[in-house]
Amino acid sequence: MNRRAMPERPDGSAVRFFLRAGGAAAVLAAVVVLTGCSLVSAPILDPKGPVALAERNLLFTAVGLMLIVIIPVFVMAGVFAWRYRAGGPGKYAPDWAYSGLIDAAIWLVPAAIVVALGVALWQATHALDPYRQLDPTREALEVEVIAQDWKWLFIYPEQDIASVNELVFPAGKPLSLRITSDTVMNSFFIPALGGQIFAMAGMQTRLNLLADAQGQFMGRNTQYSGDGFADQHFTAIAVSEADFERWVAEAGQAGQGLDMDAYAALATPSIAHPVTYYSDVEEGLFDAVIAKYIQGEGHMAHARSASEGD
Amino acid sequence: MLGRLTLDALPFYSWVAMGGALVTVLGGLAIALVITMMGKWRYIWSEWLTSLDHKRIGIMYVMLALVMLLRGFIDALMMRAQQAVALNSDGYLPPDHFDQIFSSHGTIMIFFMAMPFLTGLINIIMPQQIGSRDVAFPFLNSVSLWLTAAGAGLMLVSLVIGKFSTAGWTGYPPYSGAAYSPGVGVDYWIWSIQVSGIGTTLSGINFIVTILKRRAPGMTFMRMPMFTWTVLCSSVLMIFAFPALTVVVSMLALDRIFGMHFFTNADGGNMMNYVNLIWIWGHPEVYILILPAFGIFSEVVATFSAKRLFGYPSLVYATAVIALLSFTVWLHHFFTMGASANVNAFFGVATMVIAVPTGVKVFDWLMTMYRGRITFHPSMKWTLGFMVTFVIGGMTGVLLALPPADYLMHNSTFLVAHFHNMLIPGALFGYFAAYMYWFPKAFGFTLDARWGTRAFWFWVVGFYIAFMPLYALGFMGMSRRMEHYNIAEWQPFLVTAAVGAVLVLIGIVCLGMQLYVSIRDRDANRDTTGDPWNGRTLEWLAASPPPPYNFAVVPEVRSLDAFHEMKQRGEAYRRPERYEDIEMPKNSGIGVVIGVAAGVFGFAMVWQIGWAAIGAGLVILAALVVRSSQEETETVMPAAEVKRIEDARFAALSASRREEVAA
Repeated sequence: MNRRAMPERPDGSAVRFFLRAGGAAAVLAAVVVLTGCSLVSAPILDPKGPVALAERNLLFTAVGLMLIVIIPVFVMAGVFAWRYRAGGPGKYAPDWAYSGLIDAAIWLVPAAIVVALGVALWQATHALDPYRQLDPTREALEVEVIAQDWKWLFIYPEQDIASVNELVFPAGKPLSLRITSDTVMNSFFIPALGGQIFAMAGMQTRLNLLADAQGQFMGRNTQYSGDGFADQHFTAIAVSEADFERWVAEAGQAGQGLDMDAYAALATPSIAHPVTYYSDVEEGLFDAVIAKYIQGEGHMAHARSASEGD
Repeated sequence: MLGRLTLDALPFYSWVAMGGALVTVLGGLAIALVITMMGKWRYIWSEWLTSLDHKRIGIMYVMLALVMLLRGFIDALMMRAQQAVALNSDGYLPPDHFDQIFSSHGTIMIFFMAMPFLTGLINIIMPQQIGSRDVAFPFLNSVSLWLTAAGAGLMLVSLVIGKFSTAGWTGYPPYSGAAYSPGVGVDYWIWSIQVSGIGTTLSGINFIVTILKRRAPGMTFMRMPMFTWTVLCSSVLMIFAFPALTVVVSMLALDRIFGMHFFTNADGGNMMNYVNLIWIWGHPEVYILILPAFGIFSEVVATFSAKRLFGYPSLVYATAVIALLSFTVWLHHFFTMGASANVNAFFGVATMVIAVPTGVKVFDWLMTMYRGRITFHPSMKWTLGFMVTFVIGGMTGVLLALPPADYLMHNSTFLVAHFHNMLIPGALFGYFAAYMYWFPKAFGFTLDARWGTRAFWFWVVGFYIAFMPLYALGFMGMSRRMEHYNIAEWQPFLVTAAVGAVLVLIGIVCLGMQLYVSIRDRDANRDTTGDPWNGRTLEWLAASPPPPYNFAVVPEVRSLDAFHEMKQRGEAYRRPERYEDIEMPKNSGIGVVIGVAAGVFGFAMVWQIGWAAIGAGLVILAALVVRSSQEETETVMPAAEVKRIEDARFAALSASRREEVAA
């Protein structure tokens, strides 16, 4: 009754569909190969420290495991669509709609992969907890990090110095960061070394990193924070112990101290702030910045509110 | 008198903003002018705007969605263009404008493109698919539509009067608080999603009650078409998730207007609470958008494979499991907020578990194609394109579900690529498949397949060219939302992505051409049978377009593919012995009144015009009182009129059958 006759001759539209799909896949494959070459040195694929390396390796493992499911999907989509096209060679079984074996396989195989990945996830999440000290037997360099509009302030409490938009530390020595924000939510990230973690006013988060070798790495805020966001990056520089001592000494001769007044001046919004050094950092400055938000005042009194037009 | 509203609100600050405002205003005026010249205002008012017919409400939803798709896509093009040129330069957009564009792009695409598209498709098809004459609450349906339209209207107004939010589509405080965003932008965001969000909650209630109470006799739960199942699950998510959005956005509004401290640090407030609450809505929202698309793919793949859907029970359980699990994974949106390893690991594992039922679905569709007889209708092409593309997005999603990997990828363009890789194939391709599949049901003629195929190829290839580079840029350390950058290696990738966006633009032009060509040639492409694709479910039983009452006699359902089975038994087009009077809802303009008043209320809240807000609130209250006290909200179509319509339908049917035989 009133059923359109199904085409029995080979369907030209199927052939055209597959020709076009093949063409598109070839173009995309070429693009992937070309981009692949320039990705070899991408900071996340070519990490410079053990944390980022472990994070990346977990990524690779997961991709490998998932290909067990992904590749069959690609193959089946192509083969079935071609073989069972109207007028194609495949058998037609219009009422066949269930197979216990297939049903079991499509639930259990992905489930097994998720179990395997889940175990890896659980272990890796604990091993790579950003709060965890990397090597408890070795002393870490402690740095306090404050996100401001739109720059990063690094305070070295033991060295009694501070720097803006430049984080210098010895290669091979654990780096232990305490992080907060003196403005909106930020996120602290050095792609080549690992990370990232949010910086939030009135709160402290932690991040432990290590650079294997000397080098310069890009670091930045990844959480959108306003007009100066695009320029809110800094340079992370891993140097030798001797060079680090030299750098500390130089910064210590910067001449400007960082007391509460100097801090307030620095905290006013600025875009692409030049690298600046401070000596004689007010003791407890980092904790004071956090405490500012915990007392009743809140940031209504903050310098920025007036300057931020709509 | 006018609160914060002054002449400064007009967009004279940049030529780009000015241009956007002019296009909006002139576009609106042009449409009004055309309608006036054609003398169609009365027709549009009495036949469409005030209609309580679920099919017309659905069509209006989809039209709204397509208009907003254009607006949202222009935003996307502007962002791609900016990032393609902005190496060590400011490009052509200042940060303050770029920020508004990424905020409005996300807000529009989620709330005012995807949601109305989805709600429209559900409205048009679901009642017919369950053999019902309408939704359970036709008037509520009209209110939902007009609340959604009011929210979309506020979005468009923000382009002309004042500025939009720069806080992104999720509006995290403290940035979105009054201290850091003192202007009206965030308020526009708040009130446009607030007004439309209430509409969505009401839609969810309407759909659930319709499915639970209005199914044709014999349609047990396990005989419901897959699309209806996914709509049911999606609607459950709507009514559980959207109140969370309503609450969190209200709290943000209270913070902003009355200086409360839900999300500011003072007096015990905490920004992390906002992040939790918005994602308790936000994650289920992803499944609200994607589940019905899964239903669409299920229908399309069975119809165009001319075969029963493989593993229907598995698909039903997988859908329900996804719906349930969608409430257990919200924390994966902020693994980097400093939660303990146990918490992060728990939510990471929960997230990966969702991949299992999703994978099951993909394999069920593939097994449906196995031993089928596949025709390559454009809807089937969208489905194939979806399957191949979506699993890539699923894979990157599992990567992001690994907390340590997420630490590297969070806030990067990799994340941007991932969620576009879920939502464009997973939701939008599904809606396009549905649009081309069910268009003849809604309008009585089929859409042109050649332009549909062109649209498909430009969209798919454009998608890959636009988003694969963003995955790569994520590996290279590029953050999302950057107005400019200083790393030269990024630029070739961003230029490539912009090329992809242009290809998608051509895809959109093809969609427009398809519509134009199809309307032009509509007489050659009439669907005289009501069943152009040899369908399997009840919506193909009625004429195309269906009469206002859908079914003169409510069909009896005996199996899963009810209509297919009727055709097999030769009972599909049996003429009933007699017809009965049919009760139908009368049209009502009160939904429009409520929508307009809600829009005015939102505008007044944005600009803090107290009297207007109170006035609009009173109008809504009065409209509800008037509606509640109306006695005769239904009209009866006499049996004779039903018979006349049905006789014409059977005459057309036998004529088309004769033609087929002759051919």
